[in-house]
Amino acid sequence: MKGRILIDRERCKGCRLCITVCPKKQIEISPKLNTKGYYPANFLEEDIPDTGKIECTGCALCAITCPDVAIEVYREEKKTSKDDTD
Amino acid sequence: MSEKTLMRGTHVLGEAAIRAGCRAYFGYPITPQNELPEYMASAFARMDDAVFIQAESEIASINMVIGAAAAGARVMTSSSSPGISLKQEGISYLAAMELPAVIVNMMRGGPGLGNIAPAQGDYFQATRGGGHGDYRVIVFAPAYGQEIADMTRQAFDLADYYRIPVMILGDGMMGQMMEPVVFPEPIDPAKLPEKEWVVNGSKGRSSRIILSLWLDPPKEEELNWRLARKYSAITEVIPDQEMYLTDDAELVLVAYGTAARIAKGAVHRARESGMKVGLYRPKTLWPFPSKALAKLCDHVRHFMAFEMSTGQMVEDVRLAVEGRREVSFYGRPGGVVSTPEEVAAIVSSAYHGKAN
Amino acid sequence: MKKIFGKPDALKDNPFHYCPGCGHSIIHRLVAEVIDELGIKDRTIGVPPAGCAVLAYNYFDVDMCEAPHGRAAAVATGMKRILKDRVVFTYQGDGYIAAIGTAETIHAANRGERITAIFVNNAVYGMTGGQMAPTTLLGQETTTSPGGRLPLRDGFPLDLSEMLALAAGSVYIERTSVSNPKGIIRTKKAIRKAFEVQLEDKGFSLVEILSACPTNWKMSPKDAVRWVDETMTKIFPLKVIKDVA
Repeated sequence: MKGRILIDRERCKGCRLCITVCPKKQIEISPKLNTKGYYPANFLEEDIPDTGKIECTGCALCAITCPDVAIEVYREEKKTSKDDTD
Repeated sequence: MSEKTLMRGTHVLGEAAIRAGCRAYFGYPITPQNELPEYMASAFARMDDAVFIQAESEIASINMVIGAAAAGARVMTSSSSPGISLKQEGISYLAAMELPAVIVNMMRGGPGLGNIAPAQGDYFQATRGGGHGDYRVIVFAPAYGQEIADMTRQAFDLADYYRIPVMILGDGMMGQMMEPVVFPEPIDPAKLPEKEWVVNGSKGRSSRIILSLWLDPPKEEELNWRLARKYSAITEVIPDQEMYLTDDAELVLVAYGTAARIAKGAVHRARESGMKVGLYRPKTLWPFPSKALAKLCDHVRHFMAFEMSTGQMVEDVRLAVEGRREVSFYGRPGGVVSTPEEVAAIVSSAYHGKAN
Repeated sequence: MKKIFGKPDALKDNPFHYCPGCGHSIIHRLVAEVIDELGIKDRTIGVPPAGCAVLAYNYFDVDMCEAPHGRAAAVATGMKRILKDRVVFTYQGDGYIAAIGTAETIHAANRGERITAIFVNNAVYGMTGGQMAPTTLLGQETTTSPGGRLPLRDGFPLDLSEMLALAAGSVYIERTSVSNPKGIIRTKKAIRKAFEVQLEDKGFSLVEILSACPTNWKMSPKDAVRWVDETMTKIFPLKVIKDVA
């Protein structure tokens, strides 16, 4: 199963807790400051269009740990026959 | 109007509060006002829409008042001097959050533990605010059982109307005295006007906040001036007094509550010995009825404040008279209750120009 | 891709003022998620403290009424007694609930008030700059326990939750932590259970939540959450302290 996260650069305060809990190590600190003067977290796989190569599974541990509700998590839907009727 | 009944002051207050739609009471035992929580407990036990809690302290009880008031209830608490000191922070919050509530103080001898005898040493605390910040509370000073009944109703109505805490200042004697009383008709709290500022769950509207924290000084200033405008509006309308035999008086006693009843006895004795003496009895202590008192300066040459304290209200008399006439003071603190004869003697020497 | 995690509805959009790595805002989100899941947003009233979380009303999109410092349990009592069918929760720090507010909290529990207390234990007074709290550990350095907390001078860390469990009116008391994902998930379950105890009119419920305070502990967020896991939980073990629901 593949997933993706969206980090709100402006809400993030660079506390790094998401980095410590990400099982796939796909989050790091961005070198670019946000407007509050923090170096926010950055999702490494943000620009990879091909979901096949993505490590992130959408487990949401990062978002669960984030003190600032700065992370949204998306997950690929399981491919089941029911899907076509959605 | 109900028919006349004979009732002790504390019970009159409790009954009047219930008839005013009060359905929440939080208190703590302290003599000399215990009969009020007792009355509320037994009355509310027979009602299914009323809340009585004997809290773990006066501090807890005033904070329960905050909660109940924020939820929209007509709510009351009562105590006596030391207990009222404990409630002062909560009263400051009620004023800042513009929450209506009725607070009863049956004053007793003080300061400190003092005693349980009647006294008037909490005047400054009541009228100048014992809590922090620029705030005021309306203060009623009943002197008769009937006034306790009428002022309690007024207290709840004004508290809701102006969204302000209202204090009823009595004393240990008044709470125990039994007098005939006619109660106003009871109010059904359900029929009271809806309070659109309460916090009771944001169903059908956006969420609301009742608070008193304004970190941004200009915002805090704005609140202060808004309260000040409210207080000046109240000062225009609410001041009330009884003027007894003052039209031709040359000396006027100024006294409230139980002290005023003693003073009236002194006025009668003075009149019997040919002295033109009258009584000016403030019924509201804040806002103090200074206008009518000031007008008396036209013909009154001497004002004497008589209090069951070492002199506090006398300062408001001086403020009203503004030096135009002589203002003197006589009083007995600590729970000592003067006799009319005692006061009449003091009046007589002042009247005939001898320094007392 | 389907969105499976985002801001709960019961939280406003305002960014949090809390320090980086602070546990408060995690707990705010969990309480809001529970309010959403129970569908009680429009009949819940919160009583925020006067502490770091005094600004909670900027974040919770529910009716809120401030309480004087320490008195939330009493304010909530007065409120819930009037609004019997609404949900009332208090949100209190350790100094707030276990120092100045001890009496109000114990007696609210003793009366079995149908309110839910969220007790955030970060072992310091945060907003005022890191002074010692009732839950400060022995030897823990704070601005008012120089050289570390000394029993003879400063007393021992107070376990209010255990004391509250003795009050017959308390029905459900649990201590959790938000110092790691497992703990956060556990905390949400506990908060949900506490609200359910209130909804089912059973009595007083409280969740004590160990929470990191990097700024005042003078640690990085990562070290702070580790300190909670490795040190704090030794004195304040994570467990269900009472459950007679």
